[in-house]
Amino acid sequence: MTYAVMMQAIGLVFDPYVLLVILCSALFGLFVGCIPGLTATMATALLVPITFFMPPVPAVAAIVTATAMAIFSGDIPGALLRIPGTPASAAYTDESYQMTLKGQAEMALGAGLVFSAIGGLFGTIVMIFFSPALADVALKFSSFEYFWLVVLGLAGAVFIGNSSILKASISLLLGLLIACIGLENPAGHPRFTMGLEQLMSGVELIPMMVGMFAVSELLRYITNMDPPPIIATEKVGNIFSGMWGLLKKYPWPLVRGSALGTIIGIQPGSGADMASWMSYAMSKKFSKEPEKFGTGHVEGIVESGAANNSSLAGAWIPAIVFGIPGDSITAIAIGVLYLKNMNPGPMIFVNNPENIYAIFLVFILANIIMIPLGWLTVRVATKILRVARNLLMPTILLFCIVGSFAINNSVWGVVLILFFGVAAFVLEENGFPVAPAILGVVLGTMMEENFVTSMIKSDGDPLVFFTRPIAMWLAAGTFIILLWPVGTWLIQRLRGKPAAGA
Amino acid sequence: MKFNDAISGAALLALALAILFNVSSFPNIPGQNIGPSAFPGLLALLLAGCAITLIVKGLRGQNRQQWVEFGAWMKSWFHLRNFLITVGCLLFYILVSNGLGFILTATLVLCAMFWALEVKPKLIVPVAVVVTLVVHTIFYKGLRVPLPWGIMLPIQW
Repeated sequence: MTYAVMMQAIGLVFDPYVLLVILCSALFGLFVGCIPGLTATMATALLVPITFFMPPVPAVAAIVTATAMAIFSGDIPGALLRIPGTPASAAYTDESYQMTLKGQAEMALGAGLVFSAIGGLFGTIVMIFFSPALADVALKFSSFEYFWLVVLGLAGAVFIGNSSILKASISLLLGLLIACIGLENPAGHPRFTMGLEQLMSGVELIPMMVGMFAVSELLRYITNMDPPPIIATEKVGNIFSGMWGLLKKYPWPLVRGSALGTIIGIQPGSGADMASWMSYAMSKKFSKEPEKFGTGHVEGIVESGAANNSSLAGAWIPAIVFGIPGDSITAIAIGVLYLKNMNPGPMIFVNNPENIYAIFLVFILANIIMIPLGWLTVRVATKILRVARNLLMPTILLFCIVGSFAINNSVWGVVLILFFGVAAFVLEENGFPVAPAILGVVLGTMMEENFVTSMIKSDGDPLVFFTRPIAMWLAAGTFIILLWPVGTWLIQRLRGKPAAGA
Repeated sequence: MKFNDAISGAALLALALAILFNVSSFPNIPGQNIGPSAFPGLLALLLAGCAITLIVKGLRGQNRQQWVEFGAWMKSWFHLRNFLITVGCLLFYILVSNGLGFILTATLVLCAMFWALEVKPKLIVPVAVVVTLVVHTIFYKGLRVPLPWGIMLPIQW
């Protein structure tokens, strides 16, 4: 990276407006993550309509900051209420709640905060060094390689970490079919528009995501019959005391968690929740005192707290370099990049490197300000947990309505959030995961374009998909993932029963 | 509401067949062997395959699911009612917001939701009005989203 580009990136980020956006989205992310039932993905979906009105760098900065904060702050209700604030904290919710009962809420939350930030920085550093190199390679890719990359990503989304591969596949196919709607296909033929003018340009991503990740969550809140949780402790003391000791005691779990988290993040289709489950299991396996796990032992929190935050940065690597999202949050972010004409792919490293370095800077900044802001959030956590949710949820519904209206200034957006909100709710009730569908929608157009281009180039001979060297390796990778279910089965054995509310 | 996998499978199979029927009418592109129907057709075939597997699984399963299983929340009038109110609020917004205007529609939607979630009665209307005005200011004034005024057009600000 040249000096001039770096200075340009610094100029882009250290602009008062961008810094204000970062601060506001940080507070927003901390708040949303802290409230059980509002997830990091929902935070992103709610932010997107607002980022619609921003230039590219602050738009991306808002998403990056809010998600990093929400993933940390999901630890807070885990420790105080035994309910994970976001699914990514579910792996160690019981552990940190046990610590609270033992009077160690400070250490549980402090470890969550400090090691989240370190994990996040680790993933960021990997991203900074790895993605430009990967982009150099990606410049040589043709439609064959891209086709396989998309297939690889989608296979990962279906085959890794889903309890029913059949249902995940169906969800993915539905997503890909939704992407077929409209005029934007290589042939320019209007498909599945049902005579509706609004469908000619396809289904808009933002209202669809607001529906699938925000409205469906609201419906789940409305129909949730669990009794209100009880806050385990009122007073949380100094969360930073003893952190230096933990750092010296558990350097390896920290590095292991961060590294595994980054890898899981890079791997398309699985994100922070998967990373934290897997690293918690790994921590227990390699620990010198595995018998203490589950009784309020901090080691697993160190490792998986770092893992879920490092996976966030990891997920951005394939998102920026190839335009293939690593999880549902980056799937939403990619939608935003396209809207901002900042189309992801290797060319962005050539044409707009300053934007990419600005994103890197935002990641570093977000993980650093996480420490003081996270500390503040813990101080007021018991108050946030008491926020009247019967006032909050209807307000969020109104935000969903206005946000989806704002995309085209038409009530059609509200029709979409209603349809996709109810659809996602019903699908999840029946055990169909939603994440593969969203990846299918985001990647469908790209998959078809590369498939059709390749088929035309090869005169309809499918063998060409396997004969180019890189394409061959990617194909091999895809088939490895197809054999992954065996691995998933093992993980589920290790993981045992997921905690309630996960 | 949980359906037996066989029912979900049958619905998905019907969808897949409808798509296959629909794509069969897509035009071919002269001189090319791959047209607009190829990709969705392939997806629909795969979907049909998955749907059939799902039907078989649903019919075969050892402890067979009920055809339709109503979740606990559907048996609780309070939760079922609130679900219907939420969906109803969105429908209401879609149908009347243009005519009635954003401010009135949003206030009514919030009042209905607050009432459903048992907000204290004396708080319902004031909070609904304040939230609506705040949201309206952020989006209409701040982000310049042309939220409809509807019947309040004469007194717009």
